[in-house]
Amino acid sequence: MGPVLAGVLQLLALIAALALACIPLGNYMAKVYSSDKHWRVEKWVYKGIGANPDTEMTWSAYLRGVLAFSAVGVLFLYLLMRLQGVLPGSLGFSSVDPAQSFNTAVSFVTNTNWQSYYGEQTMGHVVQTAGLAVQNFVSAAVGMAVAVALVRGFARSRTGALGNFWSDLVRGTLRILVPAAAIAAIVLVACGVIQNFSGIHEVGQFMGGSQQWNGGAVASQEAIKEVGTNGGGYFNANSAHPFENPTPFTNLFEIFLILVIPFSLTRTFGVMVGSVRQGYAILATMFTIWLSFVALMMWTEFAHHGPAFQAAGGAYEGKEVRFGVGASSIFAVSTTLTSTGAVDSFHSSFTGLGGGITMLGMMLGEIAPGGVGSGLYGMLIMAVIAVFIAGLMVGRTPEYLGKKIGTREIKLAACYLLITPALVLVFTAVSMALPTPPHSMLNSGAHGFSEVLYAFTSASNNNGSAFAGLNANTDWFNTMTGLAMLLGRFLPMVFVLALAGSLAEQKPVPVTAGTLRTEKPLFTGLLVGAIVVITGLTYFPALALGPLAEGLAS
Amino acid sequence: MNNSVVNTARLLGAGLRALLVLTLVTGVIYPLVVTGIAQGLFPGKANGSEIRADGKVVGSSLIGQQGYSLDYFQPRPANGLGENSLNTQYRLLLSGATNLSADNDKLVKSVEAAKAKVVKDNSTADHRVEPSQVPADAVTSSGSGLDPDISPAYADLQVHRVAERNGLTDARVRKLVDEHTEGRTLGFVGEPRVNVLELNIALKDLVAKARP
Repeated sequence: MGPVLAGVLQLLALIAALALACIPLGNYMAKVYSSDKHWRVEKWVYKGIGANPDTEMTWSAYLRGVLAFSAVGVLFLYLLMRLQGVLPGSLGFSSVDPAQSFNTAVSFVTNTNWQSYYGEQTMGHVVQTAGLAVQNFVSAAVGMAVAVALVRGFARSRTGALGNFWSDLVRGTLRILVPAAAIAAIVLVACGVIQNFSGIHEVGQFMGGSQQWNGGAVASQEAIKEVGTNGGGYFNANSAHPFENPTPFTNLFEIFLILVIPFSLTRTFGVMVGSVRQGYAILATMFTIWLSFVALMMWTEFAHHGPAFQAAGGAYEGKEVRFGVGASSIFAVSTTLTSTGAVDSFHSSFTGLGGGITMLGMMLGEIAPGGVGSGLYGMLIMAVIAVFIAGLMVGRTPEYLGKKIGTREIKLAACYLLITPALVLVFTAVSMALPTPPHSMLNSGAHGFSEVLYAFTSASNNNGSAFAGLNANTDWFNTMTGLAMLLGRFLPMVFVLALAGSLAEQKPVPVTAGTLRTEKPLFTGLLVGAIVVITGLTYFPALALGPLAEGLAS
Repeated sequence: MNNSVVNTARLLGAGLRALLVLTLVTGVIYPLVVTGIAQGLFPGKANGSEIRADGKVVGSSLIGQQGYSLDYFQPRPANGLGENSLNTQYRLLLSGATNLSADNDKLVKSVEAAKAKVVKDNSTADHRVEPSQVPADAVTSSGSGLDPDISPAYADLQVHRVAERNGLTDARVRKLVDEHTEGRTLGFVGEPRVNVLELNIALKDLVAKARP
């Protein structure tokens, strides 16, 4: 069997596993967010928080909850890193400096997990497990909560009530993420991922001498890193490190973990709005884009254009033998079409076009299938835009799921759509124009520009992967990517929740012969087209200067 | 105004309490429970899959090592491994990729140099290795820089050299490589591979047995 065929078979196995998981997990999540019963442990948690989980919130109250919880999260994580040097369990690592602490705290709270530090050299047990891994859980739960609030906006009518943020946060964490991560962590340990608190210790080597290992709670963090589409590695090499991703099976399993909740949420959406076919239409859109990207990536990586790969006879730079080119391509696409940013191979050393595909994946807004929660709400915003475009074509007031898309709704959706490209392009342009930031580039020419473009694309879209040659640990990049992450996470959430509030207040419009049938394949086609055209028009000039120039030159 | 300050403070207080409670669950209980189960059920794997030779720990079967003499099978290059820069009190085992792009001259030169070295090291008077025979993994650095494996093609390329230097027949060493070649999981997951450390440990045993 050749590597191409093996790659395709792995892709098919992955799709089969996702298909099996989607419906039960999607139904379960719908039940989690709709049930009016509280677990006993949840009641204790609510008592601890001092919040009544049955109070319905308006969109602005919901938003205030999101912002307050996230602000506290940034501050807590910042202090934990600033104080690491004097805390127990720090393995003797010193405190992290202010700019890097700010960047990292923002990065983990925004579900980005951009890392300007070397994990094994910087963070001790306490920061890793009680700081970073905690945000891996709760930032994911916040994303899901906001998505569920938007779904309620479509599902409910003539109400201001979008649910209770504290209840959604706690349920998402305790009923979905913790059980999923615990099972995944045990599977990973069984395959060789380490899980201990041995800290730094010496291990002998074959040719004499010894190695110093930094042991830690890796499996427990690796599991939630993928399940919560976070992506922040315990080690510098992320999921390429054999202690994070030891075998071909764990590699495929980790890709599955990245994709399973985002794809399943389309089912949750379908169930909650009372039409599973609407969920399938969204799922089909996500799946079409994801599959096309995987196919393109495999093609360009197996073709290995570029002088270094032609000389080597394959695009193996930055890739592990046990995964090979095929599985590395699937991982790279899955991590950049979600908000994960974990890597099992290094995107900077992909072919020129392959690097461009990872960037384009993020530029689509990470909606195919996107991050946990953020993928679903991003895609629903695109659906609103698509019905608006369709409405313009036939001269009819657009509606989606029985809700009119009026001036206010389309303004909010348009603001959502504009904010990330504005952040990416402005921050990149300013960085290139200033004298010192370009000194951080490792490679020169088109690829050097791509490094900076990638950094702000990744930060603004809350992805966290990198063309890691860029030295991002400078005050400029720590501060600016930090700002891009904050604005790229919370401004869109403001628009999503405002949209949810305005949809929930409407009374539903009856379906007539003139209604655009958004559960049909025609709509899926329209949606894919709208996404590609809008993203293409926005980013084409920037892409032409970077990955396209590099790809066409080779 | 005063009212909104009070409300904001109350909200931030609720946020802090929520964070502390969830930190207890996901940042303390969860990792400890997972560690307990991991150490109970899979102690060897949870502690790094240590591998022994002659009664001593010689590394992990998962972590590639550098510095083998030419008597042994060679691993992939690892040009991306950085140096301990932040915490000089330790000499930690670091991971990392080169991140060099396909059109970077430095990468082109390092690939060409690595290829020339592989050809030179493995060619002997009666055995000529052609550059076209050198597989891609032999001349490129991995993502982690700690890749424990090489492709069966690269192992095969080294058989003649290793056999000659250790006074063994090619056939015997080739058999050893075959025994240590792991195919794709279930026939299609990942790529076939040879674990260099395990292979070299077995080679050392074989040589010791062959020379009484």
